[in-house]
Amino acid sequence: MPNQTSASTEAIRRRRLSAEALPEFAREVKDAGGQLIALWGSDDRHLDAGFAVHAAFLTGAGLVWVDAALAADDPVHPDLAAIFPQAGRMQRATFDLLGIRAAGAVDTRKWLRHNAWSENHYPLRKDFVWQVAGAEASPLATHHSPLPQVDGYPFIRVEGDGVHEIPVGPIHAGTIEPGHFRFSIIGDRILKLEERLGYTHQGVEKRFEGLDPDQGARLAGRVSGDSHSAFTWAYCMAVETATATPVPERALWLRALFLEIERVANHLGDLGYLGNDVALAFGFMQFWRLKEDWLRLCARLFGHRYLFDRIVPGGVAVDLDAAGGAELAVLAERMAGEVRELKAIYDEHAGLQDRFANTGIVRPELAARLGLTGLAGRASAQAWDARAQFPIRPYDQLDVNMATARRGDVLARAEVRFAEIFESLRLIRDILARLPDGPIRVKLAPTSGPAEGLGWVEGWRGEVLVALRLNADGRLDRAHPHDPSWRAWPLLEVGVLGNIVPDFPLINKSFNLSYSGQDL
Amino acid sequence: MTTGILLQITQTLLAILLAPLLMGWVNQCRAWLQGRAAPPITQPYRVLRKLFHKDAVIAHDASPLFRFAPYMIFACMALAAGIVPTLANDLPFSPAADVIALVGIFALARVFLALAAMDIGTSFGSLGARREMLVSFLAEPALLMVFFTASLISRSTELPVIVEALAHKEFVIYPSLAFAAVAFWMVSTAENARIPIDNPTTHLELTMIHEAMILEYSARHLALIEWAVALKLFTYSALGIALFVPWGIAPAGDLAALPLALLALVAKMAVGGAGLSLLEAVSAKVRLFRAPEFLGTAFLLAVLGMLTHFLLEV
Repeated sequence: MPNQTSASTEAIRRRRLSAEALPEFAREVKDAGGQLIALWGSDDRHLDAGFAVHAAFLTGAGLVWVDAALAADDPVHPDLAAIFPQAGRMQRATFDLLGIRAAGAVDTRKWLRHNAWSENHYPLRKDFVWQVAGAEASPLATHHSPLPQVDGYPFIRVEGDGVHEIPVGPIHAGTIEPGHFRFSIIGDRILKLEERLGYTHQGVEKRFEGLDPDQGARLAGRVSGDSHSAFTWAYCMAVETATATPVPERALWLRALFLEIERVANHLGDLGYLGNDVALAFGFMQFWRLKEDWLRLCARLFGHRYLFDRIVPGGVAVDLDAAGGAELAVLAERMAGEVRELKAIYDEHAGLQDRFANTGIVRPELAARLGLTGLAGRASAQAWDARAQFPIRPYDQLDVNMATARRGDVLARAEVRFAEIFESLRLIRDILARLPDGPIRVKLAPTSGPAEGLGWVEGWRGEVLVALRLNADGRLDRAHPHDPSWRAWPLLEVGVLGNIVPDFPLINKSFNLSYSGQDL
Repeated sequence: MTTGILLQITQTLLAILLAPLLMGWVNQCRAWLQGRAAPPITQPYRVLRKLFHKDAVIAHDASPLFRFAPYMIFACMALAAGIVPTLANDLPFSPAADVIALVGIFALARVFLALAAMDIGTSFGSLGARREMLVSFLAEPALLMVFFTASLISRSTELPVIVEALAHKEFVIYPSLAFAAVAFWMVSTAENARIPIDNPTTHLELTMIHEAMILEYSARHLALIEWAVALKLFTYSALGIALFVPWGIAPAGDLAALPLALLALVAKMAVGGAGLSLLEAVSAKVRLFRAPEFLGTAFLLAVLGMLTHFLLEV
């Protein structure tokens, strides 16, 4: 694949391997304690190549982006799920979207395809025809039947005396995203949980094709709305790497400010929800009161409650004046005090502690084996935090303290959230105090040929990755946004085993994974 | 006798009409304690009105039992509300059932609700029915023990006699009733699907007990069930008042005492509702498998109440 690759930070490296060498490389990473973060594919036939499979590995030295060229007629690569189980669903999704097969994989069921397009059609291939006048010729033919066919997804059945199944979702009583959970239970004890996701598949990756970088940023931010700043920053970092555009210092500091604001807002909301899920509505109301104050100030200072579209390729779209900065610093100070008070209430509430402690335990060994990183990983002693270990600008000057816990239960995940709120509030005040002067946006440098870039940002849920390739005309050829939920969803299936059904919503909420982020 | 019948009808109607008000009051107090703006106290009436104006949607697989159950449940609760002395004592209905039969009436309503929940065949319905049976088979013995403690004092299981003995005879402090009162409170939270056993406001299907059973109901059926739920809370509150703070209930045939009785009833219900919402606001829901421990404690307290009676009061 012709390209000009440049890494924005030294922590991101690029390797090209043959497909046969992938398992060996993965094994080396695994033996050295690394993890597989993402796996995706690309159709490079218009660049005089075949297909390619890409993988991002997290190692002690940073991120390694590996790709391997595959044949154009029958793209096959050796299975990686045997080494990194988290690769399983990514491989299945890659097959559904691109027809790239993982040879020797144990689970080859479809993953993202819900009969929206038919078998043997692969929407992410460049020659995929998706707007056809004649209904018969369209791969989206099922749309023309009055009722969509039954999905026919083969769930794994548990058999035995007294075992029964509870199907939950994809439509839920609360306003949450759609996902189907199939419980096999005895009494109230969970014997097996199987998830079926993909209901929010919107063809985001396909939509990226042909967008200009600015439009792409808007789309990238909407992959998972609660991680908006993380996704747009990762996307912008990838674009800026591909075009070799230096971003103004002040813009980078403001981006970090937005990312920490987003982290605080999400953690506040989650801690409130955790209280609500054990019927302690007091905690819910208090945390959401704080979150509301936080969002309203964002709306006033930056023009959007959730800071949508404030990070743009080449910098940021909105500046902060001294008065606004002072106001934010005051609120951050007050917030820290109030959260400390609420933490004392949570810590001393026997009923709440009884529900949180020892519920949904994910042991460190299990987390390591299934590749859990990010917030939930840190609660199970998986000490990965790109802000602390592989800091990009301005985190290299901020000394982020990583929060970790060992217990791996709901309580641990709540405690990591509390610690991260305090740390983020400290970082916000630090950033505000040291915000450098200067311009906040530059024009992107023009590209001469296809150029690739990777963005890697520690969002509130975990590391958010965006890999993309720009065409010679500066438009997007392929973009792959990757949410950490990809790796946490399969772990949730295992993490709830042995727990009781009524505890599942609490466990699920303590992870609070993204549906749309992994369905794309 | 005619006065008695008139009074009986008045009391039953009053219970039916006031029950949603108690629910509204509890919701209002809870909202205040959580630090949010409260819905108006008449909100439950508006909900009922809304539900009665809707068209009912019934599952294809529903048998007649499913349609019939809401009426049965409402009737049971209305009957129970008529038996428990709220305003006046010793009304014509009272001899129809003593406390043991009263427990039976509650059980009858519950059986119909559980059957209706399983009738549809959804997994949530059977899940809720199963959990409800787990909770109730532990709650019922404890409730009976509470009644036995009270009836040991008055030597009768008839509610009018119990109220007469406690309220209108010489004032005596019964330590056994203190145990019984705590046990009764614990049982009532479980039976009325309140925190810490169940959460009436949750949207999480997998955690529900009572709500899981009525997920398939809509419109008038749902309205009747919601009303019955309010009536049950009212009846339990009235039971608590009759057993533990009966002062103010008008003695048999004393019409002059009625205004004061009404005032006393409203005051006691207001205090009781506020107390319930306070306890709910500061508690978290217990893990489902801790419910047996909770109800076991209630049973133990009720037994202690009985033993205390034999040790100190005989």
